[in-house]
Amino acid sequence: MRVEIRFAGFGGQGIIKSGIITAAAACLYAQKNAVQTQSYGPESRGGACKSEVVISEEEIDFPKVDVPDVLVVMSQHAYNEYADNVKENGTVILDPDMIPVEMALKNVKVFKVPATKIAEELGRKIVANIVMLGAFVALTNVLDKDALKEAILANVPKGTEELNIKAFEKGYEYGKSLSSA
Amino acid sequence: MSAKRSLLTGAHFLNGDFACAEGAIAAGCRFFAGYPITPATEIAEHLSERMPEFGGIYIQMEDEIASMAAIIGASYAGLKSMTATSGPGFSLMQENIGLAVMTETPCVVVDIMRGGPSTGQPTLPGQQDVMQAKWGSHGDYEIIALAPCSVQEMFSLTVEAFNLSEIYRVPVLLLGDEIVAHMYEKVVIPPPDKLRIVNRKKPHVPSKDYQPFMPEEDFVPPMATFGEGYRFHATGLTHDEHGYPKTQSSEVQTRLVRRLCDKIRKNVDKIVKVEEILTEDADVIVVSYGIVARSALSAVRKARAVGIKAGFLRPITLWPFPEKHVAKAAAQAKAIVVPEMNCGQLVREVERAAKNTPVAFLSKLGEDPHTPAEIFEAIRRGI
Repeated sequence: MRVEIRFAGFGGQGIIKSGIITAAAACLYAQKNAVQTQSYGPESRGGACKSEVVISEEEIDFPKVDVPDVLVVMSQHAYNEYADNVKENGTVILDPDMIPVEMALKNVKVFKVPATKIAEELGRKIVANIVMLGAFVALTNVLDKDALKEAILANVPKGTEELNIKAFEKGYEYGKSLSSA
Repeated sequence: MSAKRSLLTGAHFLNGDFACAEGAIAAGCRFFAGYPITPATEIAEHLSERMPEFGGIYIQMEDEIASMAAIIGASYAGLKSMTATSGPGFSLMQENIGLAVMTETPCVVVDIMRGGPSTGQPTLPGQQDVMQAKWGSHGDYEIIALAPCSVQEMFSLTVEAFNLSEIYRVPVLLLGDEIVAHMYEKVVIPPPDKLRIVNRKKPHVPSKDYQPFMPEEDFVPPMATFGEGYRFHATGLTHDEHGYPKTQSSEVQTRLVRRLCDKIRKNVDKIVKVEEILTEDADVIVVSYGIVARSALSAVRKARAVGIKAGFLRPITLWPFPEKHVAKAAAQAKAIVVPEMNCGQLVREVERAAKNTPVAFLSKLGEDPHTPAEIFEAIRRGI
């Protein structure tokens, strides 16, 4: 089965990294096929940014995401752009502090995860993307928690492993609290 | 440092630029000169770390003109050399690509195609440099250009590019695109003894008998290394077999330029590579390359699933163009579909080869390649 995931926000939030970690988890630690592609503006920081992941048991030919099963969104601009383009019964995970204005979305499950706030409480706003990955694992059945953890450890800068795993666990707990609610 | 001084044999999750850099290392490249440009920067970035681990040289030049000049010099000094750029830099390199052709310098030029003309769309893909790759420098010449469609091929075709450049003493172009370059995928890097690595022919005669541009049967002259005791002259001017300018001789010009073309044209069957899937009985064949080929293959499979006899033909060598393969496929098909991320470049070569079989062109520009659905529709219109 082909699963499509889109991460979207602005440059500097670690959107592209989120996609790379997710795809690496699927590919190297969960023995599936995975491709990550990206789109960003020339300004790099602050511009619109998205990162897309396709995961499948079969070989992946077309590597881009058309209509995703899961949207993880961290900016108002990206929300306005992509929120109404998610598969029926799909999942939207959003950071409510970054997205003050929401629209009425039909036929999707919407989960609000204050990832930026949680990251700030951990002392580094920069790990908000990893908080989101924790929530993503808790709220979807796409990937195993351990596979994602392995991929985080392999893809974050040396010396930041502890902080990132803490961020991941916080996001996971928050996600679990939403899914059981 | 020495701990990392080995190929990354095994499975990795890399982007295309990193895979290309690792392919260069694996092929034996030990000199990289370049100037950073999106979407090829990561190749330079990665090689700036990796080259010193192998005793190689990484140098950032003042621009792309100098980068191209530097890799020609390094190749003549005996190192396998490479540069990497995108459209705007590729334009600047054209003059010295011509010098590399004329001086028969083995080297690899990576062009990661983004949207043009001019500075265009730095972070978005394109396939707009296909004709520039063939005709970008002045004068008559033949060149080799390879088009990878996956991260794995960014590795393997970089190795192949070095091999071909060493065999034919010609600059070999790796024409990637922004998606293939920035996309992350699984790459399996084989152990060194499982990789085919080819090195240039060296002279079999002593220095006093060496004629640096005297070809052997394959039209390619053996190449001495500067500093090894073979004193010789190399120039961009029309030259005889001794390497000295002969700018007034029709005979020398004819002999030299024809040979520069013939060493590719007469070896075309050894150089050309294509991938064909389900073409034997196909009514409609999609000819596509690079990232677009991934959409095309998906569309062809979709068509087969609903009973349409569709086939897939992917030129891996864009230059020389796989004319025979396309002609043969076209002869038994009712229609050909050519999707490209440009306003119509390789499609003209396809039309030439396809003769009387109708060719439909699908153009796309901007962020995304053709979707499988768009190509599927074109296949359906073709039957």
